[in-house]
Amino acid sequence: MLHFLIIAPLIMAILAPILFKKIKGVHTGWFILVVPLFIFIYLLSLVSTVIHKPLFLQLNWMPSLGINFDLYVDGLSMLFGLLITGIGSLVVFYSIYYLHKTEKLGHFYVYLLMFMTAMLGVVFSDNLFVFYMFWEFTSLSSFLLIGFWNHREKSRYGAQKSMLITVFGGLSMLAGLVWMSIVVGTNSIRGLIQHADVIIQSDYFLPILLLVLLGAFTKSAQFPFHTWLPDAMEAPTPVSAYLHSATMVKAGIYLVARLSILFSGTDEFFLIVSGFGLLTLCWGSYNAVKHTDLKGILAYSTISQLGMIMAMLGFGTGVAVFAAIFHILNHATFKGSLFMVAGIVDHETGTRDIRRLGGLFTLMPITATLAIFGVFSMAGIPLPILNGFLSKEMFFDAAVDLRLESGSIYQMVAPFFPVIAVIGSIFTFVYSMILYFQTFTGELKLSKLERKPHDPPLGMLLSPFVLVVLIIVIALFPGPFNHYLLTPAVAAVMGSEVPHTKIYFWHGFFNAPLFMSLIVLFTGTLLYFTRSKWVHVYDRFPGSWSMNKAYDSIVGGIFKGSATLTNTYMTGSLRNYFRIIIGFIAILGLYTIYITTGFKFDQVTNSALAIPELIIALTMMIAAISIIFISNRIAAILALGVVGYGLSLLFVFFSAPDLALTQLSVETVSVALFLLCFYHLPKLKPEKDTSGSKLINIIVSVAFGLMITFIGIASHSSKWFESISDYFLKYSYKLGGGDNVVNVILVDMRGLDTMLEICVLGIAALGILAMIKYSRKGDVE
Amino acid sequence: MRTNDLILKTTTNIIVFIILAFSFKLFLAGHNMPGGGFIGGLMTSGAIILMYLTYGIGPINKVFRVPFTILVAIGLSIAVATGIGSFIFGQPFLSHTDGYFYLPILGKSHLATAVLFDVGVYLTVIGVTMTIILSIAEDR
Repeated sequence: MLHFLIIAPLIMAILAPILFKKIKGVHTGWFILVVPLFIFIYLLSLVSTVIHKPLFLQLNWMPSLGINFDLYVDGLSMLFGLLITGIGSLVVFYSIYYLHKTEKLGHFYVYLLMFMTAMLGVVFSDNLFVFYMFWEFTSLSSFLLIGFWNHREKSRYGAQKSMLITVFGGLSMLAGLVWMSIVVGTNSIRGLIQHADVIIQSDYFLPILLLVLLGAFTKSAQFPFHTWLPDAMEAPTPVSAYLHSATMVKAGIYLVARLSILFSGTDEFFLIVSGFGLLTLCWGSYNAVKHTDLKGILAYSTISQLGMIMAMLGFGTGVAVFAAIFHILNHATFKGSLFMVAGIVDHETGTRDIRRLGGLFTLMPITATLAIFGVFSMAGIPLPILNGFLSKEMFFDAAVDLRLESGSIYQMVAPFFPVIAVIGSIFTFVYSMILYFQTFTGELKLSKLERKPHDPPLGMLLSPFVLVVLIIVIALFPGPFNHYLLTPAVAAVMGSEVPHTKIYFWHGFFNAPLFMSLIVLFTGTLLYFTRSKWVHVYDRFPGSWSMNKAYDSIVGGIFKGSATLTNTYMTGSLRNYFRIIIGFIAILGLYTIYITTGFKFDQVTNSALAIPELIIALTMMIAAISIIFISNRIAAILALGVVGYGLSLLFVFFSAPDLALTQLSVETVSVALFLLCFYHLPKLKPEKDTSGSKLINIIVSVAFGLMITFIGIASHSSKWFESISDYFLKYSYKLGGGDNVVNVILVDMRGLDTMLEICVLGIAALGILAMIKYSRKGDVE
Repeated sequence: MRTNDLILKTTTNIIVFIILAFSFKLFLAGHNMPGGGFIGGLMTSGAIILMYLTYGIGPINKVFRVPFTILVAIGLSIAVATGIGSFIFGQPFLSHTDGYFYLPILGKSHLATAVLFDVGVYLTVIGVTMTIILSIAEDR
């Protein structure tokens, strides 16, 4: 059943364009909505079984390669599955009101459904390679969704950027996955986890870890790969809400969480994951403050929140993992609602620029109220109705808790972590306040808006409303969520029964997390009110420096560099190509002879040298060398003839009458052909080459000649086995009925060669005929 | 304009037959002596070229109506057909056989199917050579 449900969105994707074309009256989204809703309900019905025992469902796909569509449903994948389908349903519902029927809805829902299948596949797959397939499928469908309005240049740029970065990471991850499966000898993720010690103790642990983490970091927009996420905001807002807050960017988180049993406990994993997580947290929240675009702020906020989750996964302690899992759920709720609110503001006012917005509370009271909950939850304001506060408190708890861990590296870096966490959270607070108060309070600038805003239709408000209700419900009654979703998920990540962690709003007086929250609150408020004083800091740091620029210069550099490289050897000059080809053959040949010491000169197999042969050879040599210096074409042709006839004479001396005859006739015919063409050819021009280029020609030709000579001598001097010629001499008459062994070989023993050779001749003739007879017609046209 | 090369024409008339005869000899003797389809074909085309050289393209085309491009096709077909023919006797492609036969005029003769294949080669080579040379020569 689950196999079918994972594929169900894809099947629906086939129907979506048909529904869009055929049924004009109803918004296509209504039909689509059924799919995620149904999967959501089905998954809900599984929850109670999964908390007791994870499900494992098998389906053979390519058993011979060990690639099977096996599904593994435990707490972690269940949490993600519910997020994907639940928020998916809300997003589809929201998009019904957000996207007008004149948009290319057929395309939109196809991409969205493709994405849904991909994401479900990622979280439920047990097979590494099926997992990877779905992983890349998310990249592909997200590329299509970001570029949905493909007439905009920025959409195309953002789509390309996200594609390049996530696929770069995905391919690295594939290398890591293959490596792991080779080291352990299984393709099953569960199998890998059972053999965690094999991987940790293998020599390749570090490269495997780095490659896999590269995939997770690019997908989850960790520093320095976060740069694609802000540009992905060109997508329609439902897509941003869905992909870039709740689901796809959490695929990397999922991967790290899934494999953290494997890697956790090692210093490398701890340092890299928590280090980059905290860096991303600070960098994202710091940069979010300077943005003026609602979705831009939200994008950087997503980056920083993902960094926070990643850092907690890196800590790897019980509290930290619990907080991470809890924050995954919370972030999905409040960030989803915030994106939808931003979409509503954009939809109603025509702009997302906070410099043009303000005072919208009086005009859009419902939207503003919804936004309050999302924003304050994100900032972690200490109110019992905000789930963001609960998980942020646990994050501080986890950061402080780390000091208790033993181990040299832990003890060395642990004291800094709470400080970094607080700094990151202060900026989170500041941008959250900016996001809300700049948009909904203050002076109303109606003149700058395209239309007079008012609250949107109820349908558009319903999805953010549901999410806001969730924020409050999770905050007030965390117990059931904890029991059914979080604890099984934590158990899946930690790999053991976790001590039942309770979610408290109130940790009591005099504990570190409370003080940290208070510091964040006060410093944040202070910074918010004095922001006009310090905001020019951004001109100094990062100033004009950004990861975007780095990305652009890398991509541009690759383009330019490859163009320059190609232009250096793809000159279009045949002489040049010939030099390269011959030169490399000569180098390879000579080098091979050198390293294998294959050169051998054996005097024994040589026959005695006769004078006439020597004379002929000398004549041929003189003729050949003279061709180089002859500047008269007819003389060159005749000199070439001398070489040919000399060869025919040599054949006579070496008792090859057939060859001699053939060589004689062929040489005659070809000299005649040369002379035929003679009238049409321009005069030979003296060489215009520079002396350097001539020198290269000489070196290359001499090297090539030497190589051929060496190979000839060496192969003549080494006989490894009896030649086959005795057989031919013996059986020529018996089997072929002829005394002329050469001819018997040609027509009987190896007749196929001859047949193909005459085919070659025929083709050559037809080619010449076509070239001469029919090329003129082309000229006229 | 072509001058009246009486000596050339006269000698050509005689020599062409000698060359043709020699080329047939080379062709037929191929199995036991130097020669064969390839050289025979080249030699025959040599004779034809000599005729073209002596009389020019126009006059020869009038009396000597051989479509050389089709000759290539015929030659290739014969070569392939001899190869396929061995299938009839349940033999692999291009299997040849030979034997002694009594022919009405020639008496006891040694015949080999390989000669049939050589006929294909012979015709192809003539066709190819003549096609190339004539098409270049006619290209003015």
